[in-house]
Amino acid sequence: MSKVADLLESLPYGPAPEDHKAAFAWLDAHNRTFGSYINGEWVSADKTFVSINPADGSELAQIGQTSPEQINQAVEAATVALPKWQALSAQKRAEYLYAIARQIQKHSRLFAVLETLDNGKPIRETRDIDIPLVARHFYYHAGWAKLADSEFSEYQPVGVCGQIIPWNFPLLMLCWKIAPALAMGNVVILKPAEFTSLTALLFAEICDQVGIPKGVVNIVTGDGETGRAIVEHPGIHKIAFTGSTEVGRIIRKATANTDKKLSLELGGKSPFIVFEDADLDSAVEGLVDAIWFNQGQVCCAGSRLLVQEGVAEKLYAKIRARMATLRVGNPLDKAVDLGAIVDRTQLERITELVEQGVSEGASKYQAPCDLPTDGFYFPPTLLTDVEPASTVAQVEIFGPVLVAMTFRTPAEAVALANNTVYGLASSVWTQNLDIAHDIAAQIKAGTVWVNCTNQFDASAGFGGYRESGFGREGGREGLYEYLKWKAPKVTKSLPNGQVSSSDIDRTHKLYIGGKQARPDGGYSFTAHGQEFALANRKDLRNAVEAAATAQSGWEKTAAFTRSQILYYIAENLQAAEQQFGNAGVSAEEFEQAISLTFHYAATADKHDGQVHQPPMRAMVYTRNESLGVVASFAPESQPLLGFLAVTLPLIAMGNAVIAVPSAGNPLPAAELMRVLEASDVPAGVFNILTAPHADLEKTIADHLGIDAVWHFSGAAGAEVIQSLSAGNLKQTWCISDEVDFAQPSREFLRRATQVKNIWVPYGA
Amino acid sequence: MPLDMDWVMSLTVNRSAVERRADTFTKRRTVKREFQAAYLIRAIECIDLTTLSGDDTPGNVHRLCAKAINPLSTETREALGIPKIHTGAVCVYHQYVAEAVRLLAGTGIPVAAVSTGFPAGLSPFKQRLEEIHQSVKDGAHEIDIVITRAHVLRCDWQALYEEMQAFREACGEAHVKAILATGELGTLTNVARASAVCMMAGADFIKTSTGKEPTNATLPYALVMARLIREYQERTNIKIGFKPAGGIRTAKQACEYLMLMKDELGNDWLSPHLFRIGASTLLADIERQLEHHLSGRYSAFNRHPMG
Repeated sequence: MSKVADLLESLPYGPAPEDHKAAFAWLDAHNRTFGSYINGEWVSADKTFVSINPADGSELAQIGQTSPEQINQAVEAATVALPKWQALSAQKRAEYLYAIARQIQKHSRLFAVLETLDNGKPIRETRDIDIPLVARHFYYHAGWAKLADSEFSEYQPVGVCGQIIPWNFPLLMLCWKIAPALAMGNVVILKPAEFTSLTALLFAEICDQVGIPKGVVNIVTGDGETGRAIVEHPGIHKIAFTGSTEVGRIIRKATANTDKKLSLELGGKSPFIVFEDADLDSAVEGLVDAIWFNQGQVCCAGSRLLVQEGVAEKLYAKIRARMATLRVGNPLDKAVDLGAIVDRTQLERITELVEQGVSEGASKYQAPCDLPTDGFYFPPTLLTDVEPASTVAQVEIFGPVLVAMTFRTPAEAVALANNTVYGLASSVWTQNLDIAHDIAAQIKAGTVWVNCTNQFDASAGFGGYRESGFGREGGREGLYEYLKWKAPKVTKSLPNGQVSSSDIDRTHKLYIGGKQARPDGGYSFTAHGQEFALANRKDLRNAVEAAATAQSGWEKTAAFTRSQILYYIAENLQAAEQQFGNAGVSAEEFEQAISLTFHYAATADKHDGQVHQPPMRAMVYTRNESLGVVASFAPESQPLLGFLAVTLPLIAMGNAVIAVPSAGNPLPAAELMRVLEASDVPAGVFNILTAPHADLEKTIADHLGIDAVWHFSGAAGAEVIQSLSAGNLKQTWCISDEVDFAQPSREFLRRATQVKNIWVPYGA
Repeated sequence: MPLDMDWVMSLTVNRSAVERRADTFTKRRTVKREFQAAYLIRAIECIDLTTLSGDDTPGNVHRLCAKAINPLSTETREALGIPKIHTGAVCVYHQYVAEAVRLLAGTGIPVAAVSTGFPAGLSPFKQRLEEIHQSVKDGAHEIDIVITRAHVLRCDWQALYEEMQAFREACGEAHVKAILATGELGTLTNVARASAVCMMAGADFIKTSTGKEPTNATLPYALVMARLIREYQERTNIKIGFKPAGGIRTAKQACEYLMLMKDELGNDWLSPHLFRIGASTLLADIERQLEHHLSGRYSAFNRHPMG
């Protein structure tokens, strides 16, 4: 019998390897040794490290360990290149980005094969997903480059950007970082991950070919030490990092005492929620895309299955059946679903976590598939009998391991979904439109995929809530990470009014949970000739609890209602003009305060989301959602106007605020307590704590129940806030310069919100 | 089995998700070299070699039967080292059933007749039953019936069930394939529900299309129907066959359908007992691809005998 006749028995899939000749030829042409690309030159390193093919453990190339001196050179080159790059026309910068997109398409297969060799993910993914998304990202941002001048007049480029990317999507993460940076007129120094440098180096060659000016794009290879040199370099104005939450915290701390702009895209434990009415077979394929995509080494992997109890066993049976047909093997094989785990250390970590899950009571099912003996492979794994308290339900495994739990009601699904420190992505499966949009609105995550998962496009912002980081990549929302707001400067300082004393002694209290409250400590401090309640950590604790309780209702309150309450504040403020005059607020400042209150009342229901247009049949809409509980330190100057400017936009956008007024003159804020009491502001939405700022900065920055901090009261405090905010990675906005608050800006609304992208494919 | 309306009404299909799966499936699976050759041989064995035209005559039916008996040249077959093969069936209008049965006698190739007022299925009900009886009487082993699309479009699942039951009964010993005319059912949910109802009412195969609808067999339709076949088997332990028909013209498409069967339903569906492809010109492309496999050169249609 012939081979063909034998095969007719069971018609197995044979090998279908993609040819790696061209990629090997490229490696050989470089003698399989690479340096860094700095100032348009290839610079060799004294030390090198090995880059291996995780599919078989073989050595692919030696990669240069870029030294701190070379990082200095790169920063110098970038600094010199920056003004020249910015001096180019928007048209010219757009042409460069367009040329990069074209070149990536022209060499798409070389990029794909090289990526698969270096990373171990299946060629299907690099060929059909990673590389096409990279080209699309550059095209899309070539468009923004052209529009940069006209669309962002309130902003300027940040400058020299240091960018550090992970190994799971090497070229895709590179383009997410470089494309928006260049489009907005910045220059970059990018460090690829130690495991996966090769496509970044090929990309540098592309930049060279299209004639990107020297120093605009610098690619520096190396390990964590190289990364540290970038993070700590004083000549770098912005750090963009994608990677683990652990390293994200280190970077947050390391950049605390600088005014480096920072965006972090970190880990996740994203929920994948299946309702009983879902198309279950399609949901199973969704899980394949969620957790068995890139071997589960995806920050937004749908790794936590939440299924409605009544259909749980049915779904588990379907998942197990589907797992049996997944093919694990040589990632260059065109008919393989899962390739190799990136490195031995990662494989060990996955193995350990699964063992721990089983020892904590989980039931393990692994697909009956043959794994190659060379290289690093892990079989697709399903863990059931997992509870929220299980380790494997909480920590990011970063491997092909799905953990499954059940829920009873939509409300419980949301509660379980949000029962995590992360908030990167989520997936919701239901055929019911009402459920889909309701759940999408309630999940605390930057992306919600309805009846799909792991969909990406340049037009839709991607990024996290909570400890999954901050900042967005993609869409209009992503561009702000590479722009700096041109805060309007104070041109003339406002006159101070005269404080009139009253005959009867007045007691200024704190304002917590909608009531004036005496300070827990029973102390006062003196400012402006009067005594003010001295807030301590317990007052803060109480305020945060009141705020957290109030915020969940406030964010759901109709924007129109919030707007009306702000108008009512303006109305009552106006009625109290006399008291504010007596409190030393000049007529000019008072008038501006009324105007500002009107402004945020007016905008409260107009900071709308968008509908993006990705190249697929789907509606992708954004919601500008509240941050949650936000602490805000008011500036010392303009004690009424400044105080309102750093609180009202937060209130308008559905946040609950713990406001710390000017410590030098808290009197207008104390007067405001009476206005708030009369203005229907729900209890706990607006809390006011008076104290010298240094008393509260540390406690506030440390508090895990506070989601963000605005700090407008000096550089020393800003450093404390930024450094300690690493605890729960709260977002911070610190401005030490004097800002002209009389000019309201949309930047305040943008800073008061976070963008959620909701993907809803449709089709009758 | 009795009509289970709870099951029927619980079926919902998300079109976008199905299309995404169908689209990526063809990029997740491929077969090369001798593996591909084996798939193509099996595809030939699963073809219902079909002619369903207004201008059919005994002459072209003869030609078709000859091709069904000898789908591959002896040289190709010997070079591949495989025994003699034939197509899964020959599929004709009732008019040519007797002729085809005569021509195929002793070959083991069954004759399939399209029936019940094919393709629209709107002739009088009694006449449709009579048509089945006549074709069975003339020796057809397989009857491809068309359902009344109106029953699906009006969600009258009881009527569809009863119609299918009547057709099933009329077929007697002959195998019955239920043509859903998926391109005229409007939604994938309707495709799923119609699949379930026809299987419950006794269809041996469910088939996508007559070949005359605006869209015929597609992978999304195939995926939905395969999922229903799987679920029916889980519920009853009965294996129902699947037949995509219309628009399958290339060897690559044939391999895609086979691979879909393998992954979604398992190896049992890689045989003519449970899988057929309704096609007329597909065979010619398969012959070309097999020649390419053997020689390394691309072939031309004129080098292979017409069917």
